[in-house]
Amino acid sequence: MKQVSLLATVAATALLLYSCGSTPQQADTEKPATDNSMAATTPADPAPATAADAAKGKGKFTTVALTDPLDQKMIASGKTTYEVKCAACHKLSGEKLVGPGWKGVTERRKPEWIMNFITNTDEMIDKDPAAQAMLEECMVRMPNQHLTDDEARHLLEYMRANDGKK
Amino acid sequence: MLGLAVATTAAMQSCKMKTAATAVQGDAASKTYVAPGKYDEIYNFVSGGFNGQVSVYGLPSGRLLKVIPVFAVNPENGYGYSEETKAMLNTTNGLIPWDDQHHLDLSQTNGEQDGRWLFANANNTPRVARIDLTTFKTMEILQIPNSAGNHSSPFITENTEYVVAGTRFSVPLGSEDVPISSFKDNFHSTASFISVDKTSGKMDLAFQIVLPGMNLDLSHAGKGPSHDWFFFSSYNTEQAYTLLEVNASQKDKDYIVAVNWKKAEEYAKAGKGKKVPATYAHNTYDEHKQTATSEIKNEVLLLDPKDCPDMIYMIPCPKSPHGCDIDPSGEFIVGSGKLAALIPVFSFNKLTKAIDGKQFEGDFKGIPIIKYEAALHGEVQKPGLGPLHTEFDGKGNAYTSMFLSSEVVKWSLKDLQVLDRVPTYYSVGHLMIPGGDTKKPGGKYLVAYNKITKDRFLPTGPELAQSAQLYDISGDKMQLILDFPTFGEPHYAQACQASLIKDKQVKFYDINKNGHDYVAMGEKKANVVRKGNRVDIYMTAIRSHLVPDNIEGVFVGDEVYFHVTNLEQDWDIPHGFAIKNNPNAELLIMPGETVTLKFSPDKQGIYPFYCTDFCSALHQEMSGYLRVSPKGANVPLKFGTGETVTSVAAK
Repeated sequence: MKQVSLLATVAATALLLYSCGSTPQQADTEKPATDNSMAATTPADPAPATAADAAKGKGKFTTVALTDPLDQKMIASGKTTYEVKCAACHKLSGEKLVGPGWKGVTERRKPEWIMNFITNTDEMIDKDPAAQAMLEECMVRMPNQHLTDDEARHLLEYMRANDGKK
Repeated sequence: MLGLAVATTAAMQSCKMKTAATAVQGDAASKTYVAPGKYDEIYNFVSGGFNGQVSVYGLPSGRLLKVIPVFAVNPENGYGYSEETKAMLNTTNGLIPWDDQHHLDLSQTNGEQDGRWLFANANNTPRVARIDLTTFKTMEILQIPNSAGNHSSPFITENTEYVVAGTRFSVPLGSEDVPISSFKDNFHSTASFISVDKTSGKMDLAFQIVLPGMNLDLSHAGKGPSHDWFFFSSYNTEQAYTLLEVNASQKDKDYIVAVNWKKAEEYAKAGKGKKVPATYAHNTYDEHKQTATSEIKNEVLLLDPKDCPDMIYMIPCPKSPHGCDIDPSGEFIVGSGKLAALIPVFSFNKLTKAIDGKQFEGDFKGIPIIKYEAALHGEVQKPGLGPLHTEFDGKGNAYTSMFLSSEVVKWSLKDLQVLDRVPTYYSVGHLMIPGGDTKKPGGKYLVAYNKITKDRFLPTGPELAQSAQLYDISGDKMQLILDFPTFGEPHYAQACQASLIKDKQVKFYDINKNGHDYVAMGEKKANVVRKGNRVDIYMTAIRSHLVPDNIEGVFVGDEVYFHVTNLEQDWDIPHGFAIKNNPNAELLIMPGETVTLKFSPDKQGIYPFYCTDFCSALHQEMSGYLRVSPKGANVPLKFGTGETVTSVAAK
């Protein structure tokens, strides 16, 4: 009897711990589950200071320096990455395949948002309102394709070229 | 009776529960409870016995984490069925789809586990495998010639310099046709030493020591002071070849075979060996090409003890010894005579003195026999019935499994007194303490792998899962804290702290480094190429479609190869692939990987194919059609996905 009530206490305590600021773990999040010795909690997110910051999405890219004119080397490299990691789901036109077509994306989104979305995909889908709206439309979570920072930047350049920037 | 025992145990436990804290300590459930989302402390690698595989459990929960395909085909992920992995199971007798996997050893540096590789033996068709612990994948399999019943394997030396393989069933060397009754003259056992490359882990059969016809049973390497030595238990030194149950149990003592492998290595280098023809397969998996290749080797170096003095000695050991286990200090050699009523413990220090002082009592086929008492540290008296295997806790204690009396017996290495005994359910075989055969055992848990299960779990017809039992050995008394069913028939097992390997895990393969001959690097490269009756389909998979997903212009009698590249670059997003009526298997393709499934349609028809691993909300849509037309039909090669399907013509 003593054992049972004790176990129940342990379980209840565990439940309490869990409910403190933890979010359910998605099957395909990049982050591995925490170590045995650690409580399963995630740090609380600071609220974005302004609407402009919110439009940059969540991730490490807070400012992205744009080129003028476009960097042709970056475009070429971005095209290679697009063909291997992106083209399966995204057309260069405005037409939706699995995900939305890329035409006009650099008009719709800030460069920081794009960079954050393609590198920090899971957190963005979980928390960014614009990304969540796209999930409702497409019904497939965009795969995290583990782009390097350079790959992401080159893809952005390729998107800008695709949108007719010079 | 059992009910009474349970009641007594419960009563005893409740007596101890004075406070909440002691109650938790005394509570088996809390000791094995790993909360949802939390990790186990320990990886437990367990041999699969007659299923030929290795299973991986978490301890203390006993949760099954993975089955690693090693010596048997595995339809679950296409191992042995995919074109890339067929070569792993190749032997001099072609692809053998099954073996009997008995023992495991984790690689070591300075006598401690280093978390790099896991070695596994195949007992039936002698082979040794190396598994990479960053991918949990079988990377290499080496066949052993001049051997049969590769039982005393794959035990390793202290720095993983060598992996050994010893012959349980003596056989004639080479392929001469001899009468079975000529056993004494023509049959030999061999002790094979396989070198392991320090960096790559690559194995090479360095030399084989030719021994008299007898059955080598188990083995372990020395450590510390006994670093240069390897010890093999033997039985059937009667050299019987029929009704061994009786005829191989005649003598009071068989032997522990003590091999000075350092000396053997020197003799091999000095040219004392003889190179002889022998064919055996060496299979390696190339991570860059994502493909295995099988090479047939043609020669082996034999060392004859006659030409190599001071290399081998026989230590008499009662009676038909099975386990041959070395304590963490390297000083004590425990031989467990499975028909003996005691456990002899030999001293390495005394052994070397006996050799120096030539305290011999004759020879066995030319190999000096050391006087029993000269090498003996002492005997554990009345330990139980049927001692088999011994593990160590690093605190001066040894734990021996007793098959006949179904118990684990804890005894002191120093004074050989029995300290504690606990029952197992039932008929225990191997024991395992994490690191229990290394210089640094973890003294917290012991697992008993039982041969008979009977009433321990819900019954499942005549065949039952084998039971394993977890004991807490951190205190003076062993405490049973968990039963868990296992897969196949576990023999030996290994375990290490999770922290040693968990952070080294490969999560996906970088698509840009995929060097497979048939990779489709992006959907643009998806293609179908015909050469004669061979059709190569370069297919891509990503959530949630396949390219191409419509294929026409394939005919009865064609050999169709689906080379499926998984374009995903995220952890835990494999795609599967299967096609209707294919007498083969399915594939599981890890992110960034290319895997090939062969299909030779012998009937015309429309063959749907699909992803077999639930991958997204639109997984059910991840499918396609192959049209197979009668031979000679006028159907052009056409393939594609979506709107492109009609526009892409044959190339």
